[in-house]
Amino acid sequence: MKQPSLIKKGAEASLYLVDWHDRKVIMKKRLTKKYRPSKLDENIRTYRTIHEPQLMHEAKRAGVSTPTIFLVDVRNSTIVMEFITGKQVKQFLTEASKKDRQLLCFQIGELIGKLHKKGIIHGDLTTSNMILDSERKIFIVDFGLGEKTSELEARGVDLHLMKRALQSTHFRFAEECFGAVMEGYSEIIGNEKAKEILEKIKEIERRGRYVAERKA
Amino acid sequence: MRKNKQTIERYCLGIESTADDFSVGISTFKGETLANIISAYIPAEGGIHPREAARHHAEVASKVLEEAFTKSTIKPQNLSIIAFSQGPGLGPCLRTGATIARALASYLNIPLVGVNHCIAHIEIGKLKTGAKDPVTLYVSGGNTIVAAFDSGRYRVFGETLDIALGNCLDVFAREAGLHQKKGMPFGAVIERFAAKGKNLIAMPYTVKGMDASLSGLLTAAVTLLKKGEYKLEDLCYSLQETAFSMVTEVTERALAHTEKKEVLLTGGVAANKRLQSMIRAIADEHDAKFNVVPSEFAIDNGAMTAWTGILAYTHGLSTPIAESFVKLRWRLDEVEVPWVR
Repeated sequence: MKQPSLIKKGAEASLYLVDWHDRKVIMKKRLTKKYRPSKLDENIRTYRTIHEPQLMHEAKRAGVSTPTIFLVDVRNSTIVMEFITGKQVKQFLTEASKKDRQLLCFQIGELIGKLHKKGIIHGDLTTSNMILDSERKIFIVDFGLGEKTSELEARGVDLHLMKRALQSTHFRFAEECFGAVMEGYSEIIGNEKAKEILEKIKEIERRGRYVAERKA
Repeated sequence: MRKNKQTIERYCLGIESTADDFSVGISTFKGETLANIISAYIPAEGGIHPREAARHHAEVASKVLEEAFTKSTIKPQNLSIIAFSQGPGLGPCLRTGATIARALASYLNIPLVGVNHCIAHIEIGKLKTGAKDPVTLYVSGGNTIVAAFDSGRYRVFGETLDIALGNCLDVFAREAGLHQKKGMPFGAVIERFAAKGKNLIAMPYTVKGMDASLSGLLTAAVTLLKKGEYKLEDLCYSLQETAFSMVTEVTERALAHTEKKEVLLTGGVAANKRLQSMIRAIADEHDAKFNVVPSEFAIDNGAMTAWTGILAYTHGLSTPIAESFVKLRWRLDEVEVPWVR
């Protein structure tokens, strides 16, 4: 193995690009966080290292592209996975035309729908966690905060996070993008169910403090 | 000398009354705080009753105002503008402060400036620490927000999905039969107990994207408390470690996402030394400069309202009395902040 090169230092993990058995792979290493007690730190890292690959695998079965897992090393909280060459959706959305943007958001909505339909909650839906490869296929990554559940509440929070990510990063066209996401989502999950979830999102937003539409 | 200075300097009086504190601050337009008088309403039992808190504010208002004028040696006639916290907060409390602000502004015939309370916490933090463009963790009894500036506004990157961090600690303290007193709020009481705790008791750790959920943690902590099997020190320690780890993780995510080079810790819970050390650790990790607001300006205070009023006013913003109604649920990301960059 050659010297790994750090390609992304995230908040909870570092991503290294590594030559591994004649191919380029991503090594995702969850780092010890010194700020929290070691027992809590170990629990969190172990839990996420085990659950992430499981969810990624299940996502594939649901029809959502995710990098292929090659190796899981729980003791070192490290996952070795396929390296996807492409662009972050975050970057693409900023540069895309309105038409491309809407199509892409619609497709993202469909993918979220497919995940939810199979009881998979991503837990951190942002445009940085989606990669567009050279053939414009969307890969969803970073399932570290995900869980398996079909609860309406969890689905609502998942989509609420997507909406919030759009608002903080793509505030100029957040509304239009989220609208397209929900259209794609309804396509998969059905109009009735989608309406129910939209209502849930509203409820979640009202629960947070000081939202204008919350009734006292 | 003083008299000469007064003819050049301009002053703003700020009134803060969003929750349990009533405060009047006086600031020069250059950002020097001349007075920052705070009167806290401490309920005999239970949480803040909005109407009781508002009654407290009305009772102490004239005394606090007088003290602020005495302390600053500024006369009402020397003021250029009046600022007040217009929201978010508790209705009756906000209205009490707003009424006083309107009365002062019309009597003195000077402009009135409504200020967003959350933005005031960020601005006073920046003023007092020298931070220019930080990722801010604002934690108090009513708010838990990770915000950073982008294109004309402070954007919310993360926040609580339910209750605020300070609220979580306060409720637990009350359930545990602890008492707060002047200068020793619940958060400080919990911090004392936590410092003596050693055993980490497993409690729910809920981070969803950049948001945290604290209500489940509170319920679990209270349930464990009622079991009577654990030492209060260990419970406080575990509650603090778990809750603080959650908001720290969320802050670190925002820091990694925005790639900013400064972190600011502000709001009432910012006074907690343990939380400070955690946020300092992630700042170091990302080569960012750690800043924490001085404790006098961590809790709700009029100086922050005055200073934010000055920033807004000197950038062409003021609030006609007819539009000065309070906004109970005014989000900070709804506010244009033309004074930032």
